[in-house]
Amino acid sequence: METLTQEKLAEKFQAKIDADIKIEPNDWMPDTYRKTLIRQISQHAHSEIVGMLPEGNWITRAPSLRRKAVLLAKVQDEAGHGLYLYSATETLGVSREDTIDDLHSGKVKYSSIFNYPTLTWADIGAIGWLVDGAAIMNQVALCRTSYGPYARAMVKICKEESFHQRQGYEIMTTLMNGTEAQREMAQDAMNRFWWPSLMMFGPSDAESKHTEQSMRWRIKRHTNDELRQSFVDASVPQAELIGLKIPDPNLKWNEARGHYDFGAIDWEEFWQVVGGNGPCNKERIEARVKAKEEGEWVREAAMAYAKKHKS
Amino acid sequence: MEHTYKFLLRIGDDSLILGQRLAELCGHGPILEEDIALTNISLDLIGQATNIYTYAAQLEGKGRDADALAFLRLEHQYLNAILVEQPNGNFADTLVRQFFFDVYRKLLFEQLLTSTDEQVAAIAEKSLKETRYHLKHSSEWVIRLGDGTELSKERAQFAILDLWRYTEELFYMDETEIQLAKAGVIPNLQDLKPLWMEHVLSILNIATLKLPENQGFFGAGRQGRHSEYMGFLLAQLQYMQRVYPNMQW
Repeated sequence: METLTQEKLAEKFQAKIDADIKIEPNDWMPDTYRKTLIRQISQHAHSEIVGMLPEGNWITRAPSLRRKAVLLAKVQDEAGHGLYLYSATETLGVSREDTIDDLHSGKVKYSSIFNYPTLTWADIGAIGWLVDGAAIMNQVALCRTSYGPYARAMVKICKEESFHQRQGYEIMTTLMNGTEAQREMAQDAMNRFWWPSLMMFGPSDAESKHTEQSMRWRIKRHTNDELRQSFVDASVPQAELIGLKIPDPNLKWNEARGHYDFGAIDWEEFWQVVGGNGPCNKERIEARVKAKEEGEWVREAAMAYAKKHKS
Repeated sequence: MEHTYKFLLRIGDDSLILGQRLAELCGHGPILEEDIALTNISLDLIGQATNIYTYAAQLEGKGRDADALAFLRLEHQYLNAILVEQPNGNFADTLVRQFFFDVYRKLLFEQLLTSTDEQVAAIAEKSLKETRYHLKHSSEWVIRLGDGTELSKERAQFAILDLWRYTEELFYMDETEIQLAKAGVIPNLQDLKPLWMEHVLSILNIATLKLPENQGFFGAGRQGRHSEYMGFLLAQLQYMQRVYPNMQW
C-alpha cells in the first residue's frame, strides 16, 4: 500500500516537473530530489560566502575611492546572495548552522575557483568579468529551475551578477587602456583565471555523475559542456575587443559548428583543487572557521539578550 | 576658505579611515547579517569621504581631486581623530568605537544642516540619514552586548574603558573651528560635548555599562599626530597609488 502511494506521488511529482510547474517547500518531493537540491543550493551559498574572501582581499588596497566603494558593494551583494541561498536551503528542512558546519568540515564543497589567490588588482577585474561571467551562465539557467524558492532567489541574484560582470570587464578595459604595467597586470590575471573559469562549469558531461538525473528533474536545464561552450563563445570576442589574449593555443573559431573550439582542460588540476590541494583551500576554510569561532560569544550574547527581553 | 578646507579634511578623514577599518572586516563578520551591516556602514563612510573630499579639493583649487586627497597625502597630513584609526579588535571594540563615533557624527551633522556654507549643509543632509541608521545599529549592539552574557558585558566594558580616552578629541577646536563657528559654518563643537555625553550615558544605562572614572584623555590626530597603527593602515590604503603612480584605475 505504502509503496503504491509513493509511486503515485512520484508520478505526480514528475508530471508537475514535466509541465514546468514549480515545486514548493510543502509539496511532496522524492528524498533524492531534496538531497540533490540541498547539496546544490548549499554549495552555491558557500561559494558566495567563500567567494567574498579573494575579493575582500583587495578592498583595503583598492586604487581609488570609486573602486573601493564598488568593490565593497559587490562583496556585500555576495553576502546577500549567501543569505537568500541559505534561506532557500532552510525551506528544505536544514538549518543554516548545520549547513555551515558541513562547509567547515569539508563535507560540502564550494566553487573551486575561490581557492585561487588574488595577487594583483587586475585579479579583481578578472574575477568580476570571467568568474561572475561563468556564474551567470549557470545562474540564468537556474532562474527556471524546478524548485520555486531556488528559482526566485536566482532571479534576484542574476540581476546583481550582471552588474558585477560589467564592473569586472570595466576594470579590465581601463587597465588595457592604461600603461604598459597595467596591460601586463591585466594579461597576467587573464592567464591565471581563464582555465579555472572554464573549470567552474564542472566535469565534462561524460564524467558528471549528477547531470542526467538533475536534467530529468529540471534542476539543471543545460549540461556542463553546453554552458562552458556558451561561456567561451561569449568571452572570446570580449577579450579581443580590449586586446587581451586567451591563453589557449588551440582556441579557434569553428565555422561548421558555429562555436569556438578550445584546448583540453587540465582535469587533474581541477580534481586536485576540489580535493583540497589548491593554492588557498586551507586559508579559505580557516578564515570561515575563525569568523565563526570568534563570533560565537557575539551570537550567544544576542541570544541571551533576546531571551531576557522576550515578552 | 582655508579653514573650511581644513575642517573638511578633518571630518573627511574620519569617514575614510573608519571606512577603511570596517572594510577590513568584510567577509569576516561574526554573523552573515553583521558582515553585511558593517560592510554597508563602511560603504556609506567611503561615500561620505568622497563627497567631502570633492568639495575640499574644489576649495583648495590646486587641481587635486578627491582621490589625490584620499590616497596621496603624508601621514601627518591626515587629520582624523585617533579614535577611528584604532584597530578593529574584537566585535565589542569595533562596535563601541562605532557607537562613540556615531553619536558625535549624528550631533555634528544635525548642526551642520544649518551651516552658512550651502555645500557643507548639503553634505550633512545626505550623510545624516545614513548616520542615524549607523547609530541605531551600534546602539542596539552596545545594549545587546552589555546586557547579554557575562562575557559580552566584560568585553563591552573593557572596550569602553579602552576607547574612552580618545573621545575628547572629537570635540577638539583650534583656530580653524573657532573661526568657522564664528562664521556659522559649523557649530561650536564644545557645545556638542554635553549632548554627546547625555546620549552616550542614556544608552550605557540601558546596556548596564559604566563610564570610567578619573581617566585622562589623549589624542592629537586632528593636528596630524597619529598612533603607531596609522602608518600600517595607510600602507594598505595607498599601496596601489604609491606603487603605480599617475595612472587611471
